[in-house]
Amino acid sequence: MSEWADDIFNVLIEAGVRQVAYVPDMGHKRLIERCNADERMTAVLLTTEEEGVALLAGAWLGGERGVLLMQSSGIGNCINMFSLTRSCELPLLMLVTMRGQWREFNPWQKPMGRNAKKLLTTAGFDVEVVSKPGAAAETVAEAAEGVFKNNCRTAVLLHQKLTPKKTFGK
Amino acid sequence: MDADEKQSETYPLRRRRVAQALLQDRRGLLVVAGLGSCAWDITAAGDDPLNFPLWGAMGGASAIGLGLALARPESRVLVITGDGEMLMGLGSLATIAIQAPPNLAIVVFDNERYGETGMQPTHTAFGADLPGVAKASGFPVTGQVDDQGGLDAALPVILKAPGPVFFNIKVRAEDLDFVLPPKEGVILKQRFRQALLGET
Repeated sequence: MSEWADDIFNVLIEAGVRQVAYVPDMGHKRLIERCNADERMTAVLLTTEEEGVALLAGAWLGGERGVLLMQSSGIGNCINMFSLTRSCELPLLMLVTMRGQWREFNPWQKPMGRNAKKLLTTAGFDVEVVSKPGAAAETVAEAAEGVFKNNCRTAVLLHQKLTPKKTFGK
Repeated sequence: MDADEKQSETYPLRRRRVAQALLQDRRGLLVVAGLGSCAWDITAAGDDPLNFPLWGAMGGASAIGLGLALARPESRVLVITGDGEMLMGLGSLATIAIQAPPNLAIVVFDNERYGETGMQPTHTAFGADLPGVAKASGFPVTGQVDDQGGLDAALPVILKAPGPVFFNIKVRAEDLDFVLPPKEGVILKQRFRQALLGET
């Protein structure tokens, strides 16, 4: 299961990503486990996603590349902190697992899920969407290359059908 | 409102002198300053390419310091921020404690005021205990400084002790002249990376 997560892990290693900031998330479970288990990565457990935006700004000032993992509900937590990234033209790569779009059990996930792309675009991100597991590696690789070569900001949205369905026991 | 409006006007330590004491012999120290007064304070002590003064990103100073400290384990990283800025990012103390970078020190200049918005009292004016939060979050070295003797004792700990270190320094609530660093974020980033890494 989640072989796409292993593909993404390999791409991140290849891209020189060394700080992996995350708020725990079911969709990213496998990738987070891989990053925590690998000595080349520093996996940083956050209390809120905006910490990750700030963390990776500091990482870049120190010459290290990072990635921020979140689910779509985390986007809203970051909006003001994105001003740091944009004002300083810092690179920022985000991998976002989507909620609220595919057999979603929890209607409270809909507002952020439905507006994820719009909010990210407004905040100055390029947004790429992955709907098929086989496309994950190539999309993330392209995004990482662009982000770190050109000091830009890209979010890769991983469609909810890539991740396990949450049913709350129903 | 129960805050003692007068107390913070009588704290003996002056923030600009504390900044000067922290930075006067800085050799290679990497400094992140929270937005507002702390950014002016470190600039008044002498602008430096290895200063990263924030003009926004409220609540993010400590997390920026963490990312920098993890990336440059051979360098000492000092975050100087205000009580209001720290209060907005308390969760980052728990995040830092897990990573426990020994080269990171966080210093709060606590005047118990939101200085940039009209000197309204912050939560510390009502008793919020920032070093207590840091200690409970898992910081191995924490302390509070109330006077010159306390500052003299804390300085070597802040600048050299294995951390992460957290110190809250009570400073007088005072209106001071603006001493502004460059406000273009790209310039602040590029000069920092050029000085540290030799590339922008």
